[in-house]
This record gives sequence, structure tokens and C-alpha cells, in this order.
Amino acid sequence: MVQRIQRDYERFRKIVRGKIKSNLSKYITRGELIGKRGNDLVSIPLPQIEIPQFRYGLKGRGGVGQGEGEIGQPLGPPQPGTGSQAGDQPGGHILEVELTLEELAEILGEELALPRIQPKGRKNIHTTRERYSGIRQSGPESLRHFKRTFKRALKRQLISGTYDFDKPVIVPIREDKQYRSWKEIPLPQSVAVIIFMMDVSGSMTDEQKEIVRIEAFWIDTWIRAHYKGVQRVYIIHDAVAQEVDEHTFYHTRESGGTKISSAYELADQIIDKRFPPSDWNIYAFHFSDGDNWGDDIPHCLEVLRSRLLPKVNLFGYGQVESPYGSGEFLHHIEDLTNEFDQLVVSHIPNRDAIINSIKDFLGKGK
Amino acid sequence: MSLLNTPYDTSLTPELRAVQQEIEGYAREFGLDFYEVIFELLDADDLNAIAAYGGFPTRYPHWSFGMAYEELKKTYDYGLAKIYELVINNDPCYAYLMRSNSLVDQKLVMAHVYGHCDFFKNNAFFAHTNRKMMEEMANHGARIRRYMEKYGEDEVEAFLDKCKSIEDLIDVHSVAIRRRDEPPRFDFEAAKDEEPIPVTRFKTKSYLEPYVNPEELLKEEEERKRKEREAKSKNFPEQPERDVLLFLMQYAPLKPWQRDILGIVREESYYFAPQAQTKIMNEGWATYVHSTIMTKRALHPSEVIDYCDHHSGTVASHGPRLNPYKLGLELFRDIEFRWNTGRFGKEYEECDDLEKKRKWDLGLGLGRKKIFEVRRTHNDITFIDEFLTPEFCIEHKYFTFAWSEQAGTFVIESREFQKIKQRLLFNLTNFGKPIICVVDGNYRNRGELLLRHEYNGVDLRLDHAIATLANIQALWTRPVHLQTVVEGKPTLISHDGAEHSMKPLGESDDPRRNAPAKTR
Repeated sequence: MVQRIQRDYERFRKIVRGKIKSNLSKYITRGELIGKRGNDLVSIPLPQIEIPQFRYGLKGRGGVGQGEGEIGQPLGPPQPGTGSQAGDQPGGHILEVELTLEELAEILGEELALPRIQPKGRKNIHTTRERYSGIRQSGPESLRHFKRTFKRALKRQLISGTYDFDKPVIVPIREDKQYRSWKEIPLPQSVAVIIFMMDVSGSMTDEQKEIVRIEAFWIDTWIRAHYKGVQRVYIIHDAVAQEVDEHTFYHTRESGGTKISSAYELADQIIDKRFPPSDWNIYAFHFSDGDNWGDDIPHCLEVLRSRLLPKVNLFGYGQVESPYGSGEFLHHIEDLTNEFDQLVVSHIPNRDAIINSIKDFLGKGK
Repeated sequence: MSLLNTPYDTSLTPELRAVQQEIEGYAREFGLDFYEVIFELLDADDLNAIAAYGGFPTRYPHWSFGMAYEELKKTYDYGLAKIYELVINNDPCYAYLMRSNSLVDQKLVMAHVYGHCDFFKNNAFFAHTNRKMMEEMANHGARIRRYMEKYGEDEVEAFLDKCKSIEDLIDVHSVAIRRRDEPPRFDFEAAKDEEPIPVTRFKTKSYLEPYVNPEELLKEEEERKRKEREAKSKNFPEQPERDVLLFLMQYAPLKPWQRDILGIVREESYYFAPQAQTKIMNEGWATYVHSTIMTKRALHPSEVIDYCDHHSGTVASHGPRLNPYKLGLELFRDIEFRWNTGRFGKEYEECDDLEKKRKWDLGLGLGRKKIFEVRRTHNDITFIDEFLTPEFCIEHKYFTFAWSEQAGTFVIESREFQKIKQRLLFNLTNFGKPIICVVDGNYRNRGELLLRHEYNGVDLRLDHAIATLANIQALWTRPVHLQTVVEGKPTLISHDGAEHSMKPLGESDDPRRNAPAKTR
């Protein structure tokens, strides 16, 4: 049974992914890949293909509902997952569920067919982990193994004849006590740092920041699924760069010119000071609208070439489309991609392009 | 059943078999009348798969079932919803149960299933459905698989996509009504042109003839009648045809395998149509049955809490959305109450004394009999039309909502009874979908196809309408046109296979002219 539906399901996935040439692709509606991080409530995208049919438009449509409410009061979006009543409600194709970030990363990896990240081998640092695997006679009371202790006490009482069947009281004495013991197991652990850089100059609008926010969230989720204890560094820059916290990163709005090299310089300093490349897997992402001071460009490329790129696992440059920017930086940095395998450049003209851009960045498995 | 092909045994456990026999006994005692019911116990994944296929494990392959499966699977996996049961209108009735359900859930679901089976067998709108659909669907599946092997999966799938785009363009009532005379097969008429055209000639004396029956008047009449006759014989189809699928099957230049597939899609549409026509009633009836059987007979005291929890989940309203289970159940209960107390008929309706009305009780006890009659003779539209009362709407806090362009969302529109009833009926009419019919199969005398949207105040969703038109064009092969109204203006949307065009229509072609009464 399952195999049969599996074939139809595979077929559907292929159409959605554009692997089968089909004129249906234009009807694919894509639930947005967005996570609300506050309480880990996440929308699961359900790509759907709507077969076109004669249907009523929204205008003039309506239906019957029940409950309290004044006339003129707007109704919230329809609740997903409930039976539809004679098609009088717009269909929601997004499921809202609570998920852990690990589950999310798994879904993301599956959706985008991402390769798993291969941490750089020699940069692994070894930590030790304790595992409770044995028993011994002494130890702290907090580690006392109750069941074994009482079993031993019962055994002793039975043998020594002090156990009273009518009054079954077991009193363990010191010799009965058993404690859990642990072994130290060396564990290879790889650590990683993600450096997010964003251009907050006047030409970046809120829409572009939203794109960066969504993209950064997914990159973050994916990388965190592969390393324990990922550190994050946020850098914003216009003509000068500064390190900020996460909230500021997404909410600052500056004005003024752009000097990309300032951010690269700062990132380089932070790496040298806090994250020596021999110990850390370093991921750097820079988002900008590609507008930069003309004479700054050679300097940028120089910093990248000689200092930053050799130190990182991956450097992603994502360029969003701005109504103001010239977007020329993309072409300059693109020239470096032949030289450096760890450099990925991606163009993100709108929200729909986010998914492909994530794929560009993370598709290398670095 | 071998069709399921599961690695585990799907038949009921001995414990559940005993429960089933017990519940079946209660169902018969209650007066239900059903075909034999075969229960199958399934894992969630298999149940989701069968549900995606509309209940038929051997249905033809199509990606849309895979899409439905993904949604069911994800909602189940993330714990948002689960299917308790699935019943198939067939003789014998097949009912699929979730293996992991608790015993009290299985009891409830079985009682619910017997309600559905009784409804399938007895409701008039199911009378014309194929009761051997399980075999028929397997047959359809085998045929389409064979075509896929022969003509290629991509080609057959692309054709199926087009058929599914118009699968709802059927004439639901045609199964019960004779829309047209059978074409005469043995009656060879003389060519119609030679028949004299009868004119109205009043009897009179011969000398008065030129005055009572003036020659020019007679000629005029003859001319008019000839034109009428010509116009009539030219009409193709003679009457506007709502069964667009049938029209295409008969007249579109299709290959035999394509015609067969279109026929399969059409047959399945007719099979499923009554379930959409009676959703409120069917669910209401099954819920009424399970609650009666469970609370009066089957429930063990230790199961009461679990039963209540589950039952309230079934009839709970999710936000402002109308729950068909709840509406159906409450209406059936209301009908039973009204016919028990005699709150119907002229005398009750015309009573002005509210106090008297409130206490009205003739002690007729006709309720049970009445609801059995209602479940036999009504569909959702007539059910709502006949039995929805203002008191009922007030008690259940019903309101209507409408799309607000300003707010960009639906807003509460009114709490008036008439409006509520109108909205409900509108959304049930033709399953809440626009009515489309073929008016001319030889439009502009060029073999083009003219469709008309029976406009009733709500515009079509344009992008979909155009795409659907393109699909019909692909079947018809000549240009296809649709008369509709776009933003208040009568419009003709055309598709010639390469691109679409829209142009305003003259007064005479306004689809509103022939439309049924407006709803607003």
C-alpha cells in the first residue's frame, strides 16, 4: 500500500523540484520557509500544486461562521487542519507546528537535498565526556543506586534471617550501599563559529533585511545541527564596522556610505583574537546590496584573498537587490571564486530566491 | 483483503470482532439499515495512503494523490490531526480503522461507521452510485496503468492533469432527471425543410378571408417561424449542457484512450458527488448515531471520560469556522425535538404568543420517525432550506462573513437569519463552485466552443479560469470561449491554444441575462 502511494509521492516531489518537465510548475505555491524563534513555532512548508479549476474569486465571497463577534470585526486566518466546509474558506497550505531546531535542520536538509557538513578533521579538539556505566562500593550519596542497594540489603537480611515476612522492612547498612560510577570517554568535538556580516547602509531597505534575516536563520539552523556549541558573531557596517548583538544586527538602520572592507578587517581581527583557525571551523557570511565605495573594492579583495579566505571553511557572499544600489560588488567578488573553493557567491533578488541561495551556500558540504 | 497488500493482518482482533458484533446489534436495534460492513485495521501510514486515494487502495496513479498523502502524513506526524476512520460507499461497505486507536475510540468509530453505511444505502442521492465501486476503481486503475505503459507515463499524466482540471464540470442532477429525450433510433423522419410551416388561420367566411387573415401577416408569421426553426436546429447543443465532460467525450476529437480516461474521471466525479452534496447531513447523521448508540447502549462507565473527550473533539468548533459535524448533528436533534413536540406546521408557525410557543408541546413523539425520513429524502441544500430556523441560528451564534477588500481578510457581515441561510445555501449550491455550461459547440460557425458562466454575483478567479480554459482548449483543439463577468462588465475570455484574450461583451450576450436570481 505504502509503496504505491510512495510512487505518486515521488512523482509529485519531482514535479515540485522541477525535475520533470511539466507546465505545472507555475502553479506551485510555496509555503514560506520561516521560523518564529521566540517559542520555536515554525511553519512547515507544504508545497502544493493547485490544478486550475473554475473557482470563485475572493471578491464577493463569504460564508457562515459561528461564535462571538461584532459586525465588521475581521476574522483571523482560517485555522489549518480542520475540515473545510463547502469550500467557503481560502485554503491554508502552511502548517504551524512546534519543532526543535534539530528537527528543523533535518527537514531543511531533506527539502534542499543538502550534503552534510564535513568538519575539518585536524581542527577537532578533544573533550572528555563522562558516562555512567559501572557500579562501585563508595561514592556520593546523590549517586546511590537505590534498586541495587535495596536488593543487596534484602539478600543480606534473608540470609542472616533478620527479614520479617509479616513486617517487611528493609534497612540497608553501609555494606549494602552501591553507587554509580562513571568512566571518562574522550570525545572528538568540533567547534564552529559563524560570522554574520551585514551592510546596514542607507540603501538597504527593511525588505532586504527581512531576506537576510530569513536566510541567516536557516544557515544558522543548518550549521548548528552539525556542531556542538556554535558561536556566533554579528557585524554590521556602513562606512565603519562594529560588532553587535543579534537583536541589534537585525534591527539597526544606519545611513551613509558603505565600506565593505571595514567589516572584513573587523572579522579578520576577531578571528585572530578569539577563534584561531587551527581550532575552529569558521563560517563567514556577508550580505550586502553590492554598493561599495569605488576605491574600497581593491582593498576588500585584498583582505579576502590574503587574510580572510585562507582562514575560513566557507565564505558566503549574498547580494540582495536594492532599489538604490549598483550591485557591482558581486562581479568583483565573483572573480575570486575560481581561486578559492571556499568562496560562494549568491544573488538573492527576492524572497523566492532565498531557497536557492541557501542551497548555493550550503550545497558544498563544507 | 488482498488489495491492501500490507505485511500485517488487517482483520479485526477477536476482541474487536466481539465489539463490532455488539455495536452492529445496537445499530440494527436503532433501526439502521446497511450493507455488510467489512472492517480493516490499518497502521497510520497505510490509512493516510488510502485516504489520499479517496478510500480506494487500487486507484489509478497520479501525483495529486501523492500530494494529498504528504499533507496527511505531515499533519499526522506533527500531531496536528489524525484520521479515525474512513468509510467507502460500496456493497459491502469497507471501513478502515486506525490500529492504534484505543478500544473506546474503536467503539465510537464503529458506531459512527454504521451511521454512514446506513446513510449511503438509504439516502436518495446515493441511489444512483455504483455499489461495486471497489472493483470499478481497480478496473480504472488497471486501464490507466495499461495506457501509461503503452503511451508513456508523461503523456498520460499530462492528459489526466487536464481532465482533473475540469473534473467538477458535471451535471449532478442528471442522474436523477431525464434532461433530454433519447435520440430516436428507428424513427426516420422526412427532411424537416419540406414540412409545411403551420400558420395561424382563423376560420371565416371566404369573402372575409383577406380581412381576417391578411396575406402579408401570414407571410410574416411563416417567415418568423421558419427562422425560429432554423435557429433551433442550428443550436448545438440544443439546450445549454452542464455536463461539459460528457459533451467533450461525445464531440471533442479525442483518441480512444483519451476518451476512456475522460470517461473514467467523469464516472468517478459522479460517484463522489453525492458525498459532497450531503456532507453536513451524512456527518450529522453518523454523529447522531454514534452519540445515541454510545450513550444509550455501548458505553461502559469506565469509558465515559474518554468518550466525552473524543466526542467533544468531533463537534467542537475551531475558531469561527463552521463545523459540519456539529451543524448536522444539532439540526437532526432540533428536528427530532420539533417533531416530538409538534413545533411545526401552520398552527405553530402562525402562533404569535411567544410564551405559548416556548412551551409548545403536543406530545406527538414523531421525532425519530421524522429524522429517518429526512435522512432518506434530503440533501444538504434542501436540509438547510427546510429545517434551519432563526431560533437555531441565534442559539448557535451563527453569523455570515464576507471578503473585505479594505481589511484584506474576511469580516463578520451580519447575524440576520435570512442572510445566514442565503450564504449557507449559496456555498452549498453546486458545491460552492461556479456553474459552467456549454452553450455552443459550433460558435461563429467555426467549430469553436462557447461556454457560459452562470453568473450569480461572484466573479471567477481569473488566473485559474484562464488556465482551465487553456486545458479545455487542449481537449477541444479549436479556440474556446467563456462568457463571464469581470468586475461588473460582461466579458468574453478566449483561448486559442497559444494565448488568451479578453474582450467586453454586448448586452445580448450578458451572462447575467439568463442567470438565476442574484444572491445578494
